[in-house]
This record gives sequence, C-alpha cells and structure tokens, in this order.
Amino acid sequence: MEVELKEMQDDLESLKRALSDPNHHPLILKLQERVDHLTNLAKSATTRRSKVKDMSAEVVDSNPYSRLMALQRMGIVENYERIREFSVAIVGIGGVGSVAAEMLTRCGIGRLLLYDYDTVELANMNRLFFRPEQVGMTKTDAAVQTLSDINPDVVLESYTLNITTMKGFETFMESLRNQKYCQTKNGTGVNLVLSCVDNYEARMVVNQACNELNQTWMESGVSEDAVSGHIQLLIPGETACFACAPPLVVASGVDERTLKREGVCAASLPTTMGVVAGLLVQNTLKYLLNFGQVSPYLGYNSLKDFFPTMAMKPNPQCSNSPCLERQKEYMLAKPARDAAAKAKMEAEASLVTECPIHADNEWNISVVDDESELETTDAHTSSDALPTGLVRELPSADDFQKPPVPEETGNPIDDLEELRRQLDALNAD
Amino acid sequence: MEGWDPNTKSTLTQIPLLTTKAGPRDGPAWTQRLKEEYKALIAYTGMNKSNDNDWFRISAANPEGTRWTGKCWYVHNLLKYEFDLQFDIPVTYPSTAPELELPQLDGKTHKMYRGGKICLTVHFKPLWAKNCPRFGIAHALCLGLAPWLAAEVPILVDSGMIKHKDDAASSGES
Repeated sequence: MEVELKEMQDDLESLKRALSDPNHHPLILKLQERVDHLTNLAKSATTRRSKVKDMSAEVVDSNPYSRLMALQRMGIVENYERIREFSVAIVGIGGVGSVAAEMLTRCGIGRLLLYDYDTVELANMNRLFFRPEQVGMTKTDAAVQTLSDINPDVVLESYTLNITTMKGFETFMESLRNQKYCQTKNGTGVNLVLSCVDNYEARMVVNQACNELNQTWMESGVSEDAVSGHIQLLIPGETACFACAPPLVVASGVDERTLKREGVCAASLPTTMGVVAGLLVQNTLKYLLNFGQVSPYLGYNSLKDFFPTMAMKPNPQCSNSPCLERQKEYMLAKPARDAAAKAKMEAEASLVTECPIHADNEWNISVVDDESELETTDAHTSSDALPTGLVRELPSADDFQKPPVPEETGNPIDDLEELRRQLDALNAD
Repeated sequence: MEGWDPNTKSTLTQIPLLTTKAGPRDGPAWTQRLKEEYKALIAYTGMNKSNDNDWFRISAANPEGTRWTGKCWYVHNLLKYEFDLQFDIPVTYPSTAPELELPQLDGKTHKMYRGGKICLTVHFKPLWAKNCPRFGIAHALCLGLAPWLAAEVPILVDSGMIKHKDDAASSGES
C-alpha cells in the first residue's frame, strides 16, 4: 500500500508540472495532502512497538507506562512495577472476560492465561473488544491477536478448551499448577483466577478447581436482562465458596419461569459488561498491588445505580468437600493469624504512644478498661453468639443427614461389566 | 413437580433413585455411582419397552463412563424423527447436570446452546439441583430431554426446519 501511495504522489507531481493552468494547482495540492495523510495512516498501522525491558516513570509521549507509574508519585500504589510479576488466569473470553483481559494488558500485567472454547460471532458485536473481521476465529486466538498488538510485553497463554469436560479440566488444573513463570505461596503458578463465564456449570468447575488448589479467585456476572451485575472475591476457607449457598431457585423454591422468560435469548449491553469488567479489574489491581480496600462482594444495579457490598462467611455444611477442608485449615491457622494481627496492632500502638497527644491534662481525664472486657472476649470467641435480646429465627442445623447405606443385598447384580451388558442387550432390540 | 403430566410423574417414581454422590474424579465411588446409573437406565429402558414407549438408546462411549452416545426419537404425525444424542459427564457431576446434546439440530432452534446443547435451564435444572444426588442420567432423559423433544420437534417440523428422512430423500432425488 505504501508503494502505491508513493507512486500516486509522483504521478500527482508530474501532473502538476504538466498542467500549464495554475488554477488547477490548489486542487492538486489538496490531493497531495490527502495522499500524505493516507501514507501516515498506513505507516502507523504497520508499526508495532518493541518490548520494553523496564517500566519507566519518565513522562514522554513514547512511554506506554508513564501514566501508570504516576500512580506511585500520587501515593496510590507503592510499587507499580510489581505488576509485571503477576499471572492472572481469565476463564471465559466473552463480554466481560475479553474487556478485563484488555484492561490488564494495558496495565502491563506480567502474564495472562486465557480459556474459552467458543468462536467469535457477529452476534458478539454489541459488546466490546472483538471486531467483525475476527468472526470465525476462536475467541482465544482473536484475543491473543489483539492483545499482543496492544502490549507485546505481556506473556499470553491461550487454551481453547471446555473446562467442564474431564480432559479440559485436567489441562485447566495443570496450567494453573505450572510454576515455570511464577510461584505463589499456595503452590500454584497464578496469583488470581478471574471467572468471566456465562453459566452455572462452568462457575462450579472454576470453584472446584480453586477450592482444590487453595487458589483465590474472583467471580463476575451480568444478569440475563443486562441491567445488573456483580463481582465477588472468593478465598477458599475464608469466604463463602460458590457452592456454599444454593442458587436462588433452589433455596427459595420460586419457579424459575418467573425469573427467566421462556424462549427469549439472554440480552447484553456493552455498557453493563464494560462496567462489570471495570469493577472486576479494579478489584484485581487493588488485590494484586495492595492498595485501597478489596471488595468481598460488589453488586451493580444499573436501573437505580445501586452498588451494594457485603461479605459472606463459608457454609460449614457446604456440599463441596475441598471447601470444607479449606475451612478446617483456615480455622487451624487462626492462632497464627491472631498473633500476626496482634503484633501489627502493637507495632502501630507503640508508634502512637511514643508521642503523647496532649502534653497537659488539666481535667485528669484517663482512659480505663471496659469492665465487661472479659465478657466481650468470651462472646467474640464463639462467633455464633448474638447480643442479648436477639434470637435466631431458625434452629441451628444438625449434621448432614447421612444418605442411607445402599442395600447391596437388595440387588444381586453388582458387576459393572454385567450391568453394561444388560443395557447393551436392551439397546440391541 | 407441579405442571408435569401424570404420565411423566408415574414414570419418574418408578426409576430407581441413586444414592452415591460421586463424580468422574472420585475413583471407586464413581464406579459405584456408575453402577447405580446403569441400574436406573436399565430399569427405565425396560419400563419404556414394556409400555410401548421406547424412545432412546444410550450407552457409554468410553470405559470410564464419562462420555455417552446414542440416539433418541420422537413420533410426530405418525412419522418418526430420529436424532443423535451425546453428552459428557461434567467434572462437577452430580452437583451439575449433564448437558444433553443433539448436534444435528445445532443452529436450528434458539432453545439450544452452542454445539447443540438443549436448553434445560427452565424446566429441568432447578429440579436436578433440588434432587442432587438422587437423580441420574435416566432422570435427565425423562425430565430433561423428553419434554424438550415433545415441545420442540413439532415446531421444528411444522416450520420446515427439519424434514422426515423419507421426505428429505425424495426431495433430494427430484
């Protein structure tokens, strides 16, 4: 294209010389300017920036990280460059996942692992990130294409697979465990998993994997009517896992027909998806770079612009067994956690007491310990205790009912091969 | 279970319930679960045959019993429409139901997810979740696939999206 434009420029030049009438010159000049403009556009389209070795805070137009490094100068982030050490896995590269991946890429994240089995469709064009010319490509390939152009410093790994199948799940687990690039305390190779999937089954699979690996993750979702969404931080053992509470339809017994209109495909808006992706990545940055408050749950209701937050404790009767194991580990680590918290408090307190706030005490005011301190600490040790006057509406549950022991004697056939043959025989005719 | 026809209800009560809560990653417990799955399927298939309501064939496609393939059919206006049926047992089974696939109908109806997975969200998933781990493959076919076929096949035929194999052959020849 550049060669063609160059020839066009030459032709215009010779035309200008050949024309004796100077009245035509302004028009030719205008044409020449247009060709120049196109030449510049063509040039910028082909140049791809080279990798950057160190993140620089130097304020020049050519530094892709100057505005990010400014976060340090503003006192928001202590050490922004640490972001290059982090690995984040994004499961589901759809309306939320792809935008989250782009945001993290532009922030200069160290490594991104992308999982999806779908291809790009024209029906996806109402959302951000994917372009019409990518229709037919796998979402992972299309994402790698765009992301590596935006920021070649990011290490991208793409996995085109369905994590709910046995084979897909094994590859998924293996990729999370791979510690070649980075090592974390819990023995995985990623710092955070972001779930950006669109169905219950896949969320349960991410939950299963993260509970087994003791891997902190964040869940995100946009409602089917596209006007609300949420993000949630899940720390195995410490906060509720995705299986700790049953889905609304199961818990409340409402007919799901009232929640979802039959035969209507899910709606989606680039706005809601963009907002949820933004909330998700913001929480991710706060979690990784250690600034601000990491939200345990943040809802978004776009109709009323309501952003509820809350925290959820794990369910001691969760149906997911690795979740129960993590809960136990978390309980056992409590003394160490308390000691660390106490040491931190004391360190802070000693800093404060070094200089008395008031030099004189005209009225002899002194701070005395609460009389009921013993009582309150007692109440705190059993987290279930309620203040006096309050009672729980429902009795506390007993242990799970053990399923009845299968009566082996009731059915004499208990050989898998024999059962398989029986079904085959039934299938044969 | 309100809104289900008495036939389906009575059939359902006769399919043996399962007791072992185990998925394909649970080793010996999965083998036990697989045995229960087979018993339920054998009972259900036998019951369909004796009631002259035979409508599917399904068998494990691998020794681990994690992939299943077969056929299902539906009779509409005295014509039989047959489709390939396949599904994987998800890693989180039985907490999550298997996603039943009819690959030949992929793209022909919007009551389907990509890859020909039939939409079970409304009529079946809540039931499955409430009855975990007592429901198995046989229950998924009885309460998930059968009503879907009954609702969708007539619409697909009437709208011309699918043709009977004899019609398709004759129109192909002409």
